[in-house]
Amino acid sequence: MALLEVKNLHVEVDGKQILNGLDLVVEKGSVHAIMGPNGSGKSTLAHVLAGKDAYVVTQGQVLLDGEDILALPPDERAAKGLFLAFQYPLEIPGVATMTFLRTALNAQRKKRGEAELLVPDFIKRVREVAGKLGIEQEMLRRGVNVGFSGGEKKRNEILQMALLEPRLCVLDETDSGLDIDALKVVSEGVNRLRSPERGFVVITHYQRLLDYIVPDVVHVLSQGRIVRTGGKELALELEAKGYAQYHEEMA
Amino acid sequence: MNADVRPIKTAAETALADSFAAAKDRLPGAGPLAALRAEAFRQFSTSGLPHRRVEEWKYTDLRALMRDAKPLAGVPDAAAKARARNAGASLASIEGRRIVFIDGAFAPELSDLAGLEAGLSIGSMGEALAAADPQVTSLLGKLVPTDDVAVALNTAFMGDGAVIRVGQGAALARPLHLVFVNAGGTPAAVFTRSLVVIEKGARAMLVESHEGPAASEHQVNAALELKVGDEAHVDHVKITGEGAGALHVSTLMAAVGAHARFNEFLFTTGGTVVRNQLFVRFDGEGTIAGIRGASLLRGRQHADTTLIADHVAAGCTGREVFKSVIDDEGRAVFQGKIIVRPEAQKTDARMATHALLLSENAEADNKPELEIFADDVQCGHGATAGDLDEDLLFYLKARGIPPKDAEALLIQAFVGEAVEGIEHAGLRDALMDQVAAWLEARARR
Repeated sequence: MALLEVKNLHVEVDGKQILNGLDLVVEKGSVHAIMGPNGSGKSTLAHVLAGKDAYVVTQGQVLLDGEDILALPPDERAAKGLFLAFQYPLEIPGVATMTFLRTALNAQRKKRGEAELLVPDFIKRVREVAGKLGIEQEMLRRGVNVGFSGGEKKRNEILQMALLEPRLCVLDETDSGLDIDALKVVSEGVNRLRSPERGFVVITHYQRLLDYIVPDVVHVLSQGRIVRTGGKELALELEAKGYAQYHEEMA
Repeated sequence: MNADVRPIKTAAETALADSFAAAKDRLPGAGPLAALRAEAFRQFSTSGLPHRRVEEWKYTDLRALMRDAKPLAGVPDAAAKARARNAGASLASIEGRRIVFIDGAFAPELSDLAGLEAGLSIGSMGEALAAADPQVTSLLGKLVPTDDVAVALNTAFMGDGAVIRVGQGAALARPLHLVFVNAGGTPAAVFTRSLVVIEKGARAMLVESHEGPAASEHQVNAALELKVGDEAHVDHVKITGEGAGALHVSTLMAAVGAHARFNEFLFTTGGTVVRNQLFVRFDGEGTIAGIRGASLLRGRQHADTTLIADHVAAGCTGREVFKSVIDDEGRAVFQGKIIVRPEAQKTDARMATHALLLSENAEADNKPELEIFADDVQCGHGATAGDLDEDLLFYLKARGIPPKDAEALLIQAFVGEAVEGIEHAGLRDALMDQVAAWLEARARR
């Protein structure tokens, strides 16, 4: 059974059709890149998978491990192992990063019928992962993302991903706003999480990220549907030729 | 000169007049003090209870909200004392020196008066009035004079309260915890008046908590006159935690000296109608003050915070931050006025008020005012009112946090920003525990 199966997905936002019959199958252990021009529906796909309110599914299914998750609220999707790394991680003044991480982890464990993680074990794990991502202890005591640079916010997303150990990771333009050093740190963080049990959907506009997170499959999204699928070399072709041909194909 | 038509007497006003006539001869203090009471009551009877056409009380129409006046509380009986035994226990973790008042009467037997630090004295206002103690009468009503009607009523009816002095340079190791508990079997009116003098260079923390039975319709009018000496460092935290039936009006009149540090915090979760008045005057240069508060309201609770920060002296800094969380049909009122007198150059005063509306029927009224007569000052105010940020909620939910818990986290963060201003870590934690308890009760519904 596929880890993720998106079937004929149609989505509207404010009455405007954004996704237009999208099909996608992601197997365990694979990394799928979704590339496409601005406005093709990339971020909509990410948000619909995570369950954001404003997106109305008019047709289609999203199956996680064979189970349709479209009727589930976002927190339950997360507990089932879906994780969205945000393009623009939000700042939450007054909620310390540590509190946030522990609340999230324990909420998920509780929903899965697992015991809460003991505080010393939790702190040890956070320190270990944060250390690898170059996140300082002092940042963990601050409010979530408050005063973080763009790169620090993205690293914090990867920290959350590593702690929550999702089965399906959706990365929404994780490369945006990153300089080359931060891009490397973030990519290494993602690569460490690659495993035979875990799948990735990496959404990006640029090929650059895929030099570091090498995909198994590359899809081109245009006007709300996948118009081409290929191997990692497809990303290089897009980099060379741009997206113009796909606009023309649809026209 | 005042040609106002004498207002029609409401049931509450009539009952107050009857109470005063019956009690005035047995209230503590004779001679000039009796005259002071009589004059205060005359002031009240001229204006009546404040109502919505009185600008300062525009949003808290006491004439409409106060349907009757309860009889004056009697001397607490054995049953009341038994009920009051654990009063203030929710703040036990701060290990304060408890000074307990049962239905307004000082209860030395429940108070912790042993081993007073050098320079600290604690006494009863009732006794000071009866003895016409000149150290008290010379200051009473004179620290920050006001013609406010609630204060006039307090002066007319004041029975007991605390008289506390912290001598020059004394640094109290433990917080002073004034515990006001309504423990009488039937709803009663309680008028307490306290006087606290913190002398030059002294350090003191004063916690004032008010509590009472869940549904009792007690009526509390509490006034505190506070003198903060030059170079003193004073924290005052007032917790209004009575049951949901109580009417609570309180007034702080604070005169703050030079190069002092003064931190005021109002924490309100209780009462059905609450009015907290803060009249703070900056008398000396170079003082830094934080005046903050947080209210958590639900049901039909109404909480009004009215602040006048009066900068008389130059070079003082004032930071005012008030937050309210309002659910159901609750209503939060904030009226804040910063006055900068001509001599108060280099004043730096900022006032912010933020309301979080958790229901369609919640209401927040904000009235910030600046009256500036000096030309070299920095003053500003800001007000916001809104509901929880949907994008933030989605971010939390996308991490697996259930909706109610996500809301609770954001509300705690919102309130926490104000509570952070309290210097005492144990008290901060105790108040955040109360916030958590409030949120748990909300989640259970």
